[in-house]
Amino acid sequence: MSIRLENIAKHFGNTQALEPVNLDIYEGELVGLLGPSGSGKTTLLRIIAGLESADRTAQPSRIMFGERDVTQVHVRDRRIGFVFQHYALFRHMSVYDNVAFGLTVMPKKERPSNGEIRARVFRLLEMVQLEHLAKRYPAQLSGGQQQRVSLARALAVKPDVLLLDEPFGALDAKVRQDLRRWLRRLHSELNFTSVFVTHDQEEALELSDRVVVMSNGRIEQIDAPDTLYHSPKNRFVFEFLGDVNHLEGSVNNGVLTCGNAYLHVDLPDGPEELLLRPHEVRLAEQASDTCHLPVVVTAISPVGAEVRVELEADWLAKPWLATVRHADFERLAMKRGQHLFAHPRQWHRFEENTQSAARQTRTA
Amino acid sequence: MRRIGDAPAVKRLLVGAALVLSALFLLLPLVAIFAQAFSQGMAVFWANVSNYFTLHAIGLTLGVALLTIPICLVFGVALAWLVTRFSFPGRRILQTLIDIPFAVSPVVAGLIYLLLYGRNGWIGSWLDGHDIQLMFAWPGILMVTVFVTCPFVARELIPLMQAQGSREEEAAATLGARGWTTFWRITLPNIRWALLYGVILTNARAVGEFGAVSVVSGAIRGQTNTLPLHLEQLYQDYNAVGAFACAALLALIALLTLAAKASLEWRASRREALL
Amino acid sequence: MNQRALRLTGNTRVLPGFGLSMGISVLFISLVLLLPITGLFGQLAGLSLAQYWAIITEGRVVASYMVTIGAAAVAALINAVFGLLLAWVLVRYEFPGKRLLDALMDLPFALPTAVAGITLATLYAGNGWMGKLLEPLGFQVAYTWVGIALAMAFTSIPFVVRTVQPVLEDLPAEVDEAAMSLGATDAIAFRRVIMPHLWPALVTGTGLAFVRSLGEFGAIIFIAGNMPYETEITALMIFVKLQEYDYAGASAIASVVLFVSLALLLAINIWQGRFVRRLHGGKG
Repeated sequence: MSIRLENIAKHFGNTQALEPVNLDIYEGELVGLLGPSGSGKTTLLRIIAGLESADRTAQPSRIMFGERDVTQVHVRDRRIGFVFQHYALFRHMSVYDNVAFGLTVMPKKERPSNGEIRARVFRLLEMVQLEHLAKRYPAQLSGGQQQRVSLARALAVKPDVLLLDEPFGALDAKVRQDLRRWLRRLHSELNFTSVFVTHDQEEALELSDRVVVMSNGRIEQIDAPDTLYHSPKNRFVFEFLGDVNHLEGSVNNGVLTCGNAYLHVDLPDGPEELLLRPHEVRLAEQASDTCHLPVVVTAISPVGAEVRVELEADWLAKPWLATVRHADFERLAMKRGQHLFAHPRQWHRFEENTQSAARQTRTA
Repeated sequence: MRRIGDAPAVKRLLVGAALVLSALFLLLPLVAIFAQAFSQGMAVFWANVSNYFTLHAIGLTLGVALLTIPICLVFGVALAWLVTRFSFPGRRILQTLIDIPFAVSPVVAGLIYLLLYGRNGWIGSWLDGHDIQLMFAWPGILMVTVFVTCPFVARELIPLMQAQGSREEEAAATLGARGWTTFWRITLPNIRWALLYGVILTNARAVGEFGAVSVVSGAIRGQTNTLPLHLEQLYQDYNAVGAFACAALLALIALLTLAAKASLEWRASRREALL
Repeated sequence: MNQRALRLTGNTRVLPGFGLSMGISVLFISLVLLLPITGLFGQLAGLSLAQYWAIITEGRVVASYMVTIGAAAVAALINAVFGLLLAWVLVRYEFPGKRLLDALMDLPFALPTAVAGITLATLYAGNGWMGKLLEPLGFQVAYTWVGIALAMAFTSIPFVVRTVQPVLEDLPAEVDEAAMSLGATDAIAFRRVIMPHLWPALVTGTGLAFVRSLGEFGAIIFIAGNMPYETEITALMIFVKLQEYDYAGASAIASVVLFVSLALLLAINIWQGRFVRRLHGGKG
């Protein structure tokens, strides 16, 4: 089932939670709504669900599920599955009763027989690997288990669309990883349309077919994860998607100067700010003719496939972060207090006027 | 862990003072009620209780309480649902208004009902023309009792429902549940203990109300005399044992109320410990 | 899609029952709480301002204000100290009988006021258990002003205990530890660290106890003696006027009592709201 949003806006009191938004989600897609808190992503999700209604604006707003106009349809009749941020399990009901709830409240003539309900609930519990806990109460389950019950409960009514609000937000890192993988597999098996909200860029990039990046009630960019990462449309998206190092200074005759540091750039004169990802910073023992960026190593954390190195210097307002391969790390014999030179592999700049969102990436 | 006031001497002094003062101030009156009631033996107590006028007063008191409870229950649940599940202008005013009965003197509460529904009041005179008498009859007693007790259920429910939030009801809606289904199957099970406690408090107050009832009842023996009014009459007639026999019955209801409260709280704390 | 769904979502609320619960609440509050108050104003409209003033400033009535306010103030002060002690003991210490003591705190709320009234009167009368001990020492409680304050204190003690107790429970142990690690003695730590947290609740609870005492009737009339100018409370004045069928007089005095108690209730609500906001960051 595809989802189409037309001109959806929302305000609470005097604050505009959502500026008029248009969005198309295709059948079978897994879409992530990504943004910092207050960006309007949860509001948008709740409007799709029918838990909030969009403002009545001069231009009519519409929500379509496939060919069905659901704008005026109550949440209970929209045929959606909603997974709440803190699960919202019915605490006085067993796991079994939680999952069966949606089936038992169907109107009499549509309601499956008791035997059928039982069979379907156990099939779902099996799918989420919780059939042995059917008689437990929510308070007796771990966070990850509660999350899976909440998912099974949402799927029991065979929704057209599955909506998830920060589904893994309250879980610890390891459980999160497992559940993410599991959700991805479930999605490709059952092939429903899903939308989920997250503030975690890694989660959004890993799970989604497409990511909708939001800030201040606006959609900043909609793209597949790799496109998004490699060609962010504006500075907000670039900064939100990963760690960023800033190089601020002024350009004079093709040289960007900042204290005793300088870098040759092919830019017009004037104040300038360049942005670099940690993996775009190369470290060496020497400066070059075109690049003189002296730094001191202040912290080293050899975690995972790369070593994360924190760098400071007089000319830096905020420390830089560089990721170095273990081989390079050993070759340079890096230690805290060591003096090195940074060499940008490439850098990015954005025009201040985000509306035009002019963006340049140069290889240095 | 060390905390302020942990020193054994301080602790002993404070606990001792609290126990002695509570015993004198709270426990002694309780003991005195039963001591007085049984001071002339079981037989006299029983004769006082099984007296026709006492039995009639008990019947009237329980009847009024039995009618008061459902009225307060419907109002309390409706108001709590309204102020905790929706936001609308005037929400805080409604919440303040329900405290009025706590602040108004019971005598004043009785008086304002008497003025409105009594023979001289603008509703009362119209009712009088149609031969309906509310004041100095059981409907009047019921009306002031409802006035005095109406905040209890709502007061118990509002903080609880506020803390629980509406996420479970929203979840039920996304699963297709209709309004009453959601209420009976999701909301009610979550608030049932608070609801029960609200009912117990309502009952305790309804049974014991004195000031407001004494203004509107007329206190006619065998007709409009509730148990607290009957007790007053016996006391004024220098039948102290009879008065304390009634007092003992009322004190018993109070003790049951306290026991119910303690056990409900114990239940809640055990459930919290489980989570 | 279907007409039914369209009609159901005519408003913007997801949860059902807004209209029904609003209807019941507004109807109930109007009929039960607000409409009767109009009866009072109807009765007062029959009085000229001079008549009204004469009634509410008559010597015996003014004396009853003094007795009521004075005794209520004394009762509230006693309860502030006693209530704080009880709340502290119940929250901070473990001792045998603690749960019983905790349950006992609600007795004055659960016990009908008339029962409390005759019991206190009997206990403190000259031949009562307490009276026998106190009168030889020269303390007369029953049928005096002291008895009124005692009855008021009895009926309103739970207000202080039950308002202070949860606040004290919410105070984390780290606060104590921080104060002591900084070298404060128990007395200083209590005064400088604990009290600033407690006193908004203590004032609220004492205020509620005071309002309750101003209106109390059943518990007092038996022990008060009800001597005009001496031990007659305002609630009884209203009652006496009613028994003389002086509805106008009763209403005039009642309007003073009603106004004062509603004003105090409002003040307490505002006061409480302000502190809740200050201590819990705006979410009043």
